[in-house]
Amino acid sequence: MTKQMPPEYYKLLEELQAIDFVIVELNLYLNTHPHDFEAIKQFNEASQHSMHLKIEFERQFGPLMNFGKSYSNYPWDVDDSPWPWQV
Amino acid sequence: MFYYEKKLQYPVRVSQCNPMLAKFLVEQYGGADGELAAALRYMNQRYTIPDKVIGLLNDIAMEEFSHLEMIATMIYKLTKDATPEMMKAAGLGDHYVAHDSALFYNNASGVPWTASYIQAKGDPIADLYEDIAAEEKARATYQWIIDMSDDPDLNDGLKFLREREVIHSLRFREAVEILKDDQGKKKIF
Repeated sequence: MTKQMPPEYYKLLEELQAIDFVIVELNLYLNTHPHDFEAIKQFNEASQHSMHLKIEFERQFGPLMNFGKSYSNYPWDVDDSPWPWQV
Repeated sequence: MFYYEKKLQYPVRVSQCNPMLAKFLVEQYGGADGELAAALRYMNQRYTIPDKVIGLLNDIAMEEFSHLEMIATMIYKLTKDATPEMMKAAGLGDHYVAHDSALFYNNASGVPWTASYIQAKGDPIADLYEDIAAEEKARATYQWIIDMSDDPDLNDGLKFLREREVIHSLRFREAVEILKDDQGKKKIF
């Protein structure tokens, strides 16, 4: 099933994917370069940026995560937002 | 504990329904050098690898699950609108009679995934060398699939995944050096 989402959904999602990719890449790098102070600073800054973006994304398009990592509206809306393969 | 996040690691788009490409792509889903094999290999080796590289194996395993989800999304999008006739013409007739358009963990020739694709030797160098080889084989497979594909949208996602194999291989090579350095150190008891 394909769900039609507004352009803003794709824009914000891509922003989130971009910043979260920076985090993954820095995370793997830091696993083998644990003393790179600048990289750790970048990692922490990117993590904070990502958290702010997620709050904004969830406000507009519903919960991103399960098991209490996102809040639900009434009625239960954790299943409502589209699954990644449907958009 | 695991949490699910409702987003792909990188956007997945396909230009059109194309079951033939899906047939090739399933090699990276349930094949010997595919994402399922990679995720399960690292996830399982992490328990007995030295502490200094547990984090790396753990995090790369997590990323491989994200890649598995991207591959599944590609296959799903390439086949969801295919008729039985289109599946048959693409060589997926035998898949269709067993699974309809459901995904399944098998390789491009339809052979089901097996744990004999992966190893856990308990020897850190042996395990990490296997991991490096696995990443290089996966990188090569992505290249051969890109060579066979004429879908620019699909290829964008495949190129991202190909580059990730390069990075994983590099990080595993660094892990080997970290362990070698550690082994070479004089320890006083």
